[in-house]
Amino acid sequence: MAEPLIELREVSKDYVSEAAIVRALRRVDLVVERGDFVAIIGQSGSGKSTMMNIIGCLDRPSTGRYVLDGIDVTERSNDARAIVRNRLIGFIFQGFNLLARTTALENVELPLVYRGVGGGERRRRALAALEQVGLADRIHHTPNQLSGGQQQRVAIARALVTNPPLLLADEPTGNLDTRTSLEVLELLQRLNRSGITIALVTHEHDIAACAKRLVRMRDGAIQIDVRQEPTDAAAALAALPSREAEEKRA
Amino acid sequence: MKVFLAALRISLRAIARAKARAALTVLGILIGVAAVVVVVALGNAVRDQVLEQIATLGANTIYVFPEDTRASGARVAARPRLTEADGEALVREATSIAKVTPLSTARGQLVVGERNHPTTIMGIGDDYFDVMAYSVKRGESFSAVDFRLKSKVVILGDSVRKELFGSQDGIGEYVRIGKHPFRVVGVLAPKGQSPFGEDQDDRVLVPIGTFRARIQRSAPGRVQLLVASASDERTVERAVTQIEQILRQRHRIDPDDRPDFGVRTQAEIRKSNEQTFTILTALLSSIAAISLLVGGIGVMNVMLVSVTERTREIGIRLAIGAREGDILLQFLVEAVVLSTIGGLLGLVAAIAGIAVLRQIVDWSFQIPFDAVVLAFGTSAGVGIIFGFLPARRAARLDPIEALRHE
Repeated sequence: MAEPLIELREVSKDYVSEAAIVRALRRVDLVVERGDFVAIIGQSGSGKSTMMNIIGCLDRPSTGRYVLDGIDVTERSNDARAIVRNRLIGFIFQGFNLLARTTALENVELPLVYRGVGGGERRRRALAALEQVGLADRIHHTPNQLSGGQQQRVAIARALVTNPPLLLADEPTGNLDTRTSLEVLELLQRLNRSGITIALVTHEHDIAACAKRLVRMRDGAIQIDVRQEPTDAAAALAALPSREAEEKRA
Repeated sequence: MKVFLAALRISLRAIARAKARAALTVLGILIGVAAVVVVVALGNAVRDQVLEQIATLGANTIYVFPEDTRASGARVAARPRLTEADGEALVREATSIAKVTPLSTARGQLVVGERNHPTTIMGIGDDYFDVMAYSVKRGESFSAVDFRLKSKVVILGDSVRKELFGSQDGIGEYVRIGKHPFRVVGVLAPKGQSPFGEDQDDRVLVPIGTFRARIQRSAPGRVQLLVASASDERTVERAVTQIEQILRQRHRIDPDDRPDFGVRTQAEIRKSNEQTFTILTALLSSIAAISLLVGGIGVMNVMLVSVTERTREIGIRLAIGAREGDILLQFLVEAVVLSTIGGLLGLVAAIAGIAVLRQIVDWSFQIPFDAVVLAFGTSAGVGIIFGFLPARRAARLDPIEALRHE
């Protein structure tokens, strides 16, 4: 068995408001090994986003412990967690979350800026990451000059540029059509094969089908946790009618 | 340094994106800085002007004047008196005094034919010219004989000469003062206005003896004022002490009693003037500084708007590994850049304003270096102070909340 990258131990998260206490997570245990591809599904309010925020070091558990890459980050300071995010985690969001009016290249460089990497090195690595997602010819485009799929690829390049062991994707295909979604998944599967661990939150079953492991959340607890044979996104993509055919039909 | 440069680049880009807003904010600081620098320059120019004029009165000058000793409840009403003999004693006995002149003044009417002119008539000793830094431009000064015989001779101030004789110098002519005709022997070199706005050339001089005999009758030797000049600017204080000692002795005043005379130096007058203008300048520049404060509030306002507007951006930056310090620095630098640009432009505006003032008023305007440093430093400081609160607000944003922000 491979060594664990993510270890959640009896993690609970309560949100206290004036009206009530919301128990978003109830003593969740989750261990994700290196190189795994986990899809986390569940309805809204099931606690999957809360769990994602905790895994992403954006939020702290109320109780329990969280160990990431051998580091217990439960009690770390905000700055220490910022460094952990920068070094260990690449984020991919539903809304892409690229900086507007900023070129693809500069968006991808951004995490390296906060790591203190010098200009030349930064540019070289950002170019490599954009190459990896197939956008080498769009580096000087700003987000509003790119399609949704292209924007998400820029976001993936930004997540990859620091060579993190973990990619966290929060509804990465939520704003994309079927074809573009499959393209993004194909890219994620390719990255996963190269050794990157991926945790993906989604509520679409055909997206979740592309993962090796399926975790279903309900009422702040893990309801189902199964291994599955992943759908090959590349094959699914090939099975779709060609883009020209689609356009002809339309 | 690298971190700082990165923050600088991000800030410049953010400013470039909201140009109109940035321009207005910069304008606020610009006006503040320009106001401070111009006001200080103006204040300094006025002060220099006044001090320069005071210097024309002679820096070593010491005035001795009689002072009423009648305090409330005092039985003896001693009449204060100063005499020419006091003056002579001061020259003789005080080592730190170069010269002393008696001085008595009265208002009087000068008449030449149809023309007449009211002016100040001064009875003087022969050291008056040295002590008061006057000189005779045309004709000649009084002779020893004039003093001894109390001759009816007069030296005209230039303004008086103009009034009475127009373009002529009037030397050798007679002017009537009261019922006595006086022969004009000389004309003073013009001195212009005094710091207190009076025309220093609107006066005529007569020998002190003549003054007592013909202008204002008084006891022999009596003078209204003794004006002494210290032998050196540095010995003024010692001269004052010596004057006090000698006159107390001559007037037989106990060391514990109040003297029947007062002593004031030019230096004191200069100092009190200097103080007045320093206070005035400080007052005016603090009013100007208020506009700088308002400009600072403008910076804060814009930064708060900027932080709110860019909440999502801050969330993204935090998520991908920016520390609170990075965000703080980014917004702080942006505020400082805004206010420093305002400071620089304000300086340019101030220099232009001072150049214009130079054309209008014939004063020696300097660009006040201290005000420049101060205004520039303050504008950068304003950026830090008023930028800090918005920057801290940005840095403390919860990344999850910030990412959800629309």
